[in-house]
Amino acid sequence: MKLKTPITKHDILNMKVGDIIYITGTLYTGRDAAHKRMVEALESGFELPIDFSGQVIYYTGPTPSKPNRPIGSCGPTSSYRMDAYSLPLMKKGLKVMIGKGDRSDAFIKDMIEQKAVYLQAVGGAGALLSRKVVKSEVVAYPDLGAEAIYKLEVIDFPAIVTYDVYGGNLIVDEVKKYRNIQF
Amino acid sequence: MRNVDIKEITNTIKALALDANCNIGKSFIDELREAIKKEKSEIGRNVLEQIIENDEIALEAHEPMCQDTGMVVVFLEVGYDVHFNGDVYDAVNEGVRQAYHEGLLRKSVALHPISRGNTNDNTPAIIHIKLVDGNQIKITLAPKGGGSENMSLVKMLIPSDGIEGIKKLVLHTIFYAGGKPCPPLVVGIGIGGNLEKSALIAKEALMRDLHDINPDPILAQLETELLEEINRLGVGPMGFGGTTTALAVKIGAYPCHFASLPIAINIQCHASRHKSIML
Repeated sequence: MKLKTPITKHDILNMKVGDIIYITGTLYTGRDAAHKRMVEALESGFELPIDFSGQVIYYTGPTPSKPNRPIGSCGPTSSYRMDAYSLPLMKKGLKVMIGKGDRSDAFIKDMIEQKAVYLQAVGGAGALLSRKVVKSEVVAYPDLGAEAIYKLEVIDFPAIVTYDVYGGNLIVDEVKKYRNIQF
Repeated sequence: MRNVDIKEITNTIKALALDANCNIGKSFIDELREAIKKEKSEIGRNVLEQIIENDEIALEAHEPMCQDTGMVVVFLEVGYDVHFNGDVYDAVNEGVRQAYHEGLLRKSVALHPISRGNTNDNTPAIIHIKLVDGNQIKITLAPKGGGSENMSLVKMLIPSDGIEGIKKLVLHTIFYAGGKPCPPLVVGIGIGGNLEKSALIAKEALMRDLHDINPDPILAQLETELLEEINRLGVGPMGFGGTTTALAVKIGAYPCHFASLPIAINIQCHASRHKSIML
């Protein structure tokens, strides 16, 4: 399924676990340090540096780009580290989060309530995923280096719907099919 | 006595770091291809294909296969008859500094674990020096990613836990790590020693060749059994479900206190990057 940013309510309702989504448009990067700083800003009564209404955050910290390339290697990082910071951003309109790995039950509950979705890209495929990025620029917190917020322009960036608004959980469903040992 | 210029150490570390981050090695890619043939999950096979494509792009374009270019772990096995003309720790860190700057690798080292920040040159490396016979130096370098290291642990079991306790801990750890450490994994396990020795053995185990056979028959059997059991957990490539959760289990052991059964599990992601050279 192809998807263009910004993300509409209709897009969210259309996404179901297991769907492979090809995103074209804008992704904002953000990982541990940027999330901490954004949530601390909100707690102190300041605004976010980005308007996240209908936007997508991609959890990644790229390597520096070569002179002839728009970005360096940029695969997803583990999403659970952002669980503690996600609700305030979703309340500010964040609609899609892309990372890798499973997330807490508390996050999933908040995500469904806020009508957002969680997608996974393939972890460790940073060189491959960098080929989907046509432009990148730092738009906030440049002092954080690789952890700064970058605005990425992407074409057909691939990700798989992992948690949808209907309570679907790709990880639990799929792992169950292949597990045949207890401990 | 053999005099070694520490510049040679710096240059070697730099070359190993640049190579390790971009070149996973043909034999590892072949291993992933074999895994596709056996993987039962369609999503799992697709993930493995993307990993192979990624690793091939990295090799051809000489770009890092993963944006997490790691904190650098270095093992130096130094012959008793070697003399360095300067500080070998500084020499290693200088090699890391040059590689991460010139190679456009990510600087992922926080300056302080509490106040964070960044050292901005990916130093310091974690350096382990061992003295051995002879006048040679063996250098092994591994850029170790945070995602898989975060899923690793040390646990002080007790003797009555035995082999069943060890297996249970390993399976529990791998299952709940899920996709976070980027499977298919290489699982390094250190059994025995004490708290810090077990962790070091586990890390050393990850430096072994993927296809070597453990000379200790007890450990060889445990490696085989654990690999088979881990691959029945259903975690699969990148945790999307499937039958390829680990490619190898490597176990090291050491004598321990008769009250103890320390075990360390060091998880390695599918970007299993380590390079060795003999000087």
